[in-house]
Amino acid sequence: MARKQGLLHSLVHHATEVQTPAAKIYVYEAPVRIWHWLNAICIVLLCVTGYLIGKPLPSVPGEASFNYAFGYVRMIHFGAGQVLAVAFLYRIAWAFLGNHHAHQIFLPPVWSLTWWGEVWHEVRWYLFLEKTPKKYVGHNPLAQLAMFGLFLLPLLLSIFTGFALYAEGAGIDSAWYSAFGWVFGLLGDSFSVHTIHRISMWVIVCFTVIHIYVAIREDIMSRQSLVSTMISGWRYFKDDKE
Amino acid sequence: MSSPETFYDVFRQQGISRRSFNKFCALTAASLGLSPAFAPKIAHAMETRRRTPVIWLNGLECTCCSESFIRSGHPLVSDVVLSMLSLDYSHVLMAAAGHQAEAALEETRRDHAGEYILAVEGNPPLNEDGMFCIVGGRPFIDQLQEMAAGAKAIVAWGSCASNGCVQAARPNPTQATPIHKVIKGKPIIKVPGCPPIAEVMTGVLTYMLTFDRLPPLDRLGRPTMFYGQRIHDKCYRRPHFDAGQFAEAWDDENSRKGYCLYKMGCRGPTTYNACSTVRWNDGVSFPIQSGHGCIGCSEENFWDNGPFYDRLADVHTPLGVESNADKMGLGALGVIGAGIAAHAAASALQRARASATNPKSGSGE
Repeated sequence: MARKQGLLHSLVHHATEVQTPAAKIYVYEAPVRIWHWLNAICIVLLCVTGYLIGKPLPSVPGEASFNYAFGYVRMIHFGAGQVLAVAFLYRIAWAFLGNHHAHQIFLPPVWSLTWWGEVWHEVRWYLFLEKTPKKYVGHNPLAQLAMFGLFLLPLLLSIFTGFALYAEGAGIDSAWYSAFGWVFGLLGDSFSVHTIHRISMWVIVCFTVIHIYVAIREDIMSRQSLVSTMISGWRYFKDDKE
Repeated sequence: MSSPETFYDVFRQQGISRRSFNKFCALTAASLGLSPAFAPKIAHAMETRRRTPVIWLNGLECTCCSESFIRSGHPLVSDVVLSMLSLDYSHVLMAAAGHQAEAALEETRRDHAGEYILAVEGNPPLNEDGMFCIVGGRPFIDQLQEMAAGAKAIVAWGSCASNGCVQAARPNPTQATPIHKVIKGKPIIKVPGCPPIAEVMTGVLTYMLTFDRLPPLDRLGRPTMFYGQRIHDKCYRRPHFDAGQFAEAWDDENSRKGYCLYKMGCRGPTTYNACSTVRWNDGVSFPIQSGHGCIGCSEENFWDNGPFYDRLADVHTPLGVESNADKMGLGALGVIGAGIAAHAAASALQRARASATNPKSGSGE
């Protein structure tokens, strides 16, 4: 175990299981919490408006020149997308500047067998095969894996495909297109990129539903606080056993 | 050797007056979006430059590109373009046939190596050693590679040559392959569309002959002057799109009012082409103006991105079940919802049982 103290090990968050009992630990610093809730608002706005862009509401009556209903739906979508992207950049910066937990969701240690063992333990806990959950300061390993694979990667895909589609509206001679036009070279024609963008939305919606359920359930059934931690930043432990 | 005459000589030979010639130059400059100062330059090029030999090959295709090409109004294809170019080989338009035609092809390849423009309509099927398309007794792929080797530049006519089109749609049994994937090291200008607009085809050729260089191309190799914007960007129904006014059925009131066809699956927002500006049949109309949505024929995979009448494309899942993004998403959400309900019930049951056996135990034990 002593040999694992390399650079990589110091960089990567190994979902630290708590060994010494403590009443409470400051886990999520204010920038992480602000990002989380700002992100949540943006995602709700983006999913609702995004769904409506693919499946528009019934037509509005009157002259076209007096209406801008679909234009506003798209404007909210683009605005929320810009905010989400900037917030994401800020979150990446905080992964470097913040505490040990701030970069946990960016780098799951998928090469570590010990870590996979703990993922498996969490899977068994959710399948009611383990009686006792472990205590974690940050995310538990399964949560870390889900955050990375079902949230972070689809979010990145949404951001890149979204900006590529936005760049098409701005025009192929725009700076947006110079920055994101390569996405079409990678993923294919515009319509296929629309399809990928929509599938990634559904992945994020599915993740969100699971995320909310598990957060509430863990708050009740695990040995540490969950929901209040993302508001106050403090993690409380309900028992002082190891 | 082919005749040394210039384009202007050919015009005069055909009885075209100096005045008509100047009008043509001005019209061509206008249709290419150039300033009036370019009209004399076009005239000068026509008066001094020798006709460029063009070889027009036909592979796996339906000849709709040729059919479109011969209907060009500005410039008129019959009077102008066939004289402007020296069309040495074309299945549809040449007078020669059989061995004579193949001899003409061989002559151009030999005598004009590095000078001729190779225009390719259709694409080569690669499966079964190319046996699905035989031209002059040989697989088309052989003829294409032979002629491409000596070409100055290659024009990929239509969606077949540019991106595969219908014959390359899933499952693509003949392995039809767009030409940029089989010809390397030559400049290729893609002019997609099924077919491309006639004036776009003659406009691209006129540009190349006038300026003796390739037109500015986008990242996919399409001339930006015609493929720089989406149908949607210049669609006259666009105000209805922004207003949120859509046709909901082909025969409803909104459709009669000329509302946006987006909800009927129109591909205008994802299709780069000049239909909404140049239009078709000498500027008469284009699909959206005629009340039918764009099907995106100039886009890659347009056939696989069906159905044409829905904004959501069919997604081909590994299990072969046809679905689209929303069906998949809602399906997954349903499964997750049911899973959560069952899991929450089991969790509550376990918790109740735990507190019944050990009332003093806290949560999570």
